[in-house]
Amino acid sequence: MNLWRKLACALLAAILCASAAANWLAPAGYAKQYREATDAPPSRTHWLGTDEIGRDRFARVLYGTRISLLLAPAAALLSTLMAALIGGLAGYLGGIWARVAMAVTDLFLSLPWLFLLITARALMPLNVSPLFSVTVTFLLLGLLGWTTAARVLCATAGSLRSADFVRQARAAGVSGQRLFWIHVMPNLKPVLYAQFWISIPVFILSEANLGILGLGVAEPLPSWGSLLKELEGLVSGGDEPWKFVPLILLVLVVMSFQFLLSGQEQVTA
Amino acid sequence: MLRSKIAGHALALVATIVLGGLLSATLVRLAPGFDADERQLDPHLNAESVQAFRAARQQDHNIWRFYFHYMNRAAHGDLGTSLALGQPVRTLLRDRATLTLRLLTVGLALAWVAALSLALTAAWLRISTYDALTTMVSGTFLCVPAAVLALLSVLWNVPGSLVIALIVFPHIYRYTRNLLAKSYSQPHIITARAKGLGEARILFWHVVPGVAPQLLAVAGVSVSMAVGAAIPVEALCGLAGVGQLAWQAALARDLPLLVNITILVTVVTLLANCGADVIGHMVRGQES
Amino acid sequence: MSSTMRRTCRRAIAVGLLCLGSLSGRAVAQGGGELRFCLRMEPKTFDPLRVEDEASAAIRYLTGGVLVRVNRQTQELEPELAQSWKVSKDGRTITFSLRSGISFSDGRPFSAQDVAYTMQQLMDPALHSATGDAFRSGTGNVETKVISPTQISITFPAPVAGLDRLFDQVAILSERSPGKEKAVLGPFMLADYKPGASVLLQRNPNYWKSDEQGRKLPYLAAIRLDIQANRDVEMLRFKRGELDVINSLDSEYFDKLEMTSPQLVHDAGPSLDSEQLWFNEVAKAPIPAYKKNWFRSANFRRAISEAINREDLSRVVYHGHAQPAVGPFSPTNQFWFNNKLKPQTYSPDAALKALKNDGFRLENGALKDKDGNEVVFSIITNAGSNTRERMAVLIQEDLQKIGIHVNVVTLDFPSLIERMTQTFDYEAIILGLTNVDLDPNGEMNVWLSSSENHQWNPQQKVPETAWEAEIDRLMRAQASSTDLKQRKEAFDRVQEIVIEEEPFIFLINKNALSAVSTTVHGAAPVILSPQTFWNAERLTVSAK
Repeated sequence: MNLWRKLACALLAAILCASAAANWLAPAGYAKQYREATDAPPSRTHWLGTDEIGRDRFARVLYGTRISLLLAPAAALLSTLMAALIGGLAGYLGGIWARVAMAVTDLFLSLPWLFLLITARALMPLNVSPLFSVTVTFLLLGLLGWTTAARVLCATAGSLRSADFVRQARAAGVSGQRLFWIHVMPNLKPVLYAQFWISIPVFILSEANLGILGLGVAEPLPSWGSLLKELEGLVSGGDEPWKFVPLILLVLVVMSFQFLLSGQEQVTA
Repeated sequence: MLRSKIAGHALALVATIVLGGLLSATLVRLAPGFDADERQLDPHLNAESVQAFRAARQQDHNIWRFYFHYMNRAAHGDLGTSLALGQPVRTLLRDRATLTLRLLTVGLALAWVAALSLALTAAWLRISTYDALTTMVSGTFLCVPAAVLALLSVLWNVPGSLVIALIVFPHIYRYTRNLLAKSYSQPHIITARAKGLGEARILFWHVVPGVAPQLLAVAGVSVSMAVGAAIPVEALCGLAGVGQLAWQAALARDLPLLVNITILVTVVTLLANCGADVIGHMVRGQES
Repeated sequence: MSSTMRRTCRRAIAVGLLCLGSLSGRAVAQGGGELRFCLRMEPKTFDPLRVEDEASAAIRYLTGGVLVRVNRQTQELEPELAQSWKVSKDGRTITFSLRSGISFSDGRPFSAQDVAYTMQQLMDPALHSATGDAFRSGTGNVETKVISPTQISITFPAPVAGLDRLFDQVAILSERSPGKEKAVLGPFMLADYKPGASVLLQRNPNYWKSDEQGRKLPYLAAIRLDIQANRDVEMLRFKRGELDVINSLDSEYFDKLEMTSPQLVHDAGPSLDSEQLWFNEVAKAPIPAYKKNWFRSANFRRAISEAINREDLSRVVYHGHAQPAVGPFSPTNQFWFNNKLKPQTYSPDAALKALKNDGFRLENGALKDKDGNEVVFSIITNAGSNTRERMAVLIQEDLQKIGIHVNVVTLDFPSLIERMTQTFDYEAIILGLTNVDLDPNGEMNVWLSSSENHQWNPQQKVPETAWEAEIDRLMRAQASSTDLKQRKEAFDRVQEIVIEEEPFIFLINKNALSAVSTTVHGAAPVILSPQTFWNAERLTVSAK
């Protein structure tokens, strides 16, 4: 395992362990409001300061990690698998299958899914646990986020249909199913890894934006997305570099995933 | 063969556009808040006025009737009137389309230049540190919320097209980088390198053409990504484009405007992706 | 030099000085600069009779000529196009004596005929406008009688309380001009409109008013209103000097700006606006019956009110730029506010005690009713309002202290309106009331139980409670009376009932905050809308 991948593993493990140990590292919890110390800078009591209603930011980052780091990759995996099935299979089969699948994909890309999400919120009872609400959110994101990669996978699988090794395998009598899963799918890995890697931060950020529809994480549960929304206020006037910690963490996590995934895709000198 | 492919695409395009409009209208109609009018909350309005506003919304209740009338009028060039802004949809779209088109064109061009430059150099050099650096740069832009990028663009007086480029380029970079990296592991590339062919020749004559259909597919979907990015960018930067209009229409449940915008987006998406498919088919045809 | 020559010279010098003075005055007047600020949304209409949103109201204020104007600073009614007016004893007829020699911006003369035309358009039942509906006190037609070109009387079918003040919102249209929206009597006129981008108003060359020195008003050459919904962008542009004024500033931005440039920010004190929480008391609401029982109990509502720390809401959410609300009206509304009302005290212990009297009990930190149902309910509010979301989270923690579990849900506004007014599928809501009127008659449709806007339980065929029946009686009594003292007594009693029964749990009255650049001269921010440009005709903007 090269150095980058080792560092990536170590970093992800450290972040996951820290979030698992949130009860000990931040015993006050993510919801307690220190109303006498709102929007406070870092101090011995509050290592990353407090938010606008006095909640400890360090605690919220730790607890938010649990939500975002577990659910976002799960949703990314879902969207990647759906893209692989729909796009990959369509490209492999070709002909009318590919045309119909890509027409459906293009429709999916164009429709205002905002209204489906609003409807989903309306169907959920108002009194649901924040965890249920955020799980549903990430599930919906996973179910809707496959379209970009599906198109690229369709093109990739389509190219592979006429590849020499596929022709040879077909000539040798390999079944279509085996051909697809054992020979074609592994060659779709570059696109699948790209899709997975891109989806993680995109879904984390989307979850925060879906708060406007009543989806996403419900108060007082934190998520990285909701913490990242604080950056908007910094632009118009704020000298608070500690608020960048969730962004730095997210970048590090995203990079770590990339190094873990890169594996044989990395071409080293 | 090519003609039949184009004809098939054209037919699929028309059917998809019509279906897209209907599905969009259905989604909007079924979503909660369709009948809601903010004016109802004004305590100065009496009961008759509130009932009148509700009744005005009721006429779009039957989605089939609405869509049938819409298609009928659209065939004569009348795209309806915006409920929220009280202006003809055609005028609204015409006035704003140029700005959005310019934003998207320049944004996409910048995104592709940035993404291709980084991906090609990373593929060419194959230095792990450089790879890590480019990954970090693209990863950072992927993690910064679009709203923050848009606000920074206002702060630094940077054009909105650059924001769109920064939102879209990490996606393009990652796909391109992975496709190029995979292509390098192909047997014919390994053979070419073993035989001492120059790196530049290998990259531009053998690697890139090998992934051209996939890159074209990425180009097609990058148009959809840019269209999606245009909405928050225009809304936040105060750019009077179609994206800003789409956001206002969504908030107001403006059915005529939303249906038209969806159809416009569907047309753009289909044209981009179909174009990519057709060119990809030509490239594959040339190779074989 | 002979004495005649000396007199002539002195006269010439005096005339010369006068000319110079008026020239410089005109130069000031004509070189008054361009004022720039933002509208938070696209104006929905330029027809002054159909104004329903804030952006259109701002444009109407700047372009519309009105018969009388509420001075936003003194809150007194002042003559404008009307020199004087008289309201009949029965409150049904108002007679205006108009100024003469006034023209619209297109040059057409203004007369009583234009007032008659405007009122006929306004009172058209098909118009459905808030401005028109404010005059509708009874069924029947409104009669206008043009007595002379400068005198008109308008008679309503029933008495209209506060009749004269309502004309502050009625911009007079020209009967004869072909472009109604372009022929205005106000200080500015519409010059350009770029949808989604900006509205440009220019000085009305035919504006009738002059200042005390005889200089023509307005001083400003133009006003540019940029359409910008995002407050961060508005703030950025103000700091960069691209905007001169922020009309309604959020408290967090106020503090940020105050740290670097305290001279730019203004806190005019508590505004007329209030933020409140209310429970769903609609009998047919699709919520469990046991929850309806809680919400329909005044004791429950009072306990919740007592358990909410309003001081913290003001301090934490509004950074001290708000006051705990005492009742439906802000104390700033000096005449109508019932100053006998006492602020709600914060006492979780008293709240718990009151709930125990109703059969509630604490079990393992969770409050349960007498049937063993855990007290859990949701509070919804509109997404995008940081202050309401934060208030909801603070209230969530306050109620947690007495064992009540609250779920906070933010929804997009149309979904929220649908739940609130049509499906009644909600439990509690936090929303605000924006008051533009001082007169309680403007809130008639909030307090009448049969009304659409009787938010907690609208459209009651008959009042479901004795106290709502009493409020109906009192509001109708004050609406049909012209005796201010009687009206005040009636509305004082309404305020007392509202505090006793707490159908609305009033939370805070936020302060009127604004920001004004140092390049703007003559600004005096007030609490009544429009806070910063209420005296736009006398503002000037100097070059940076």
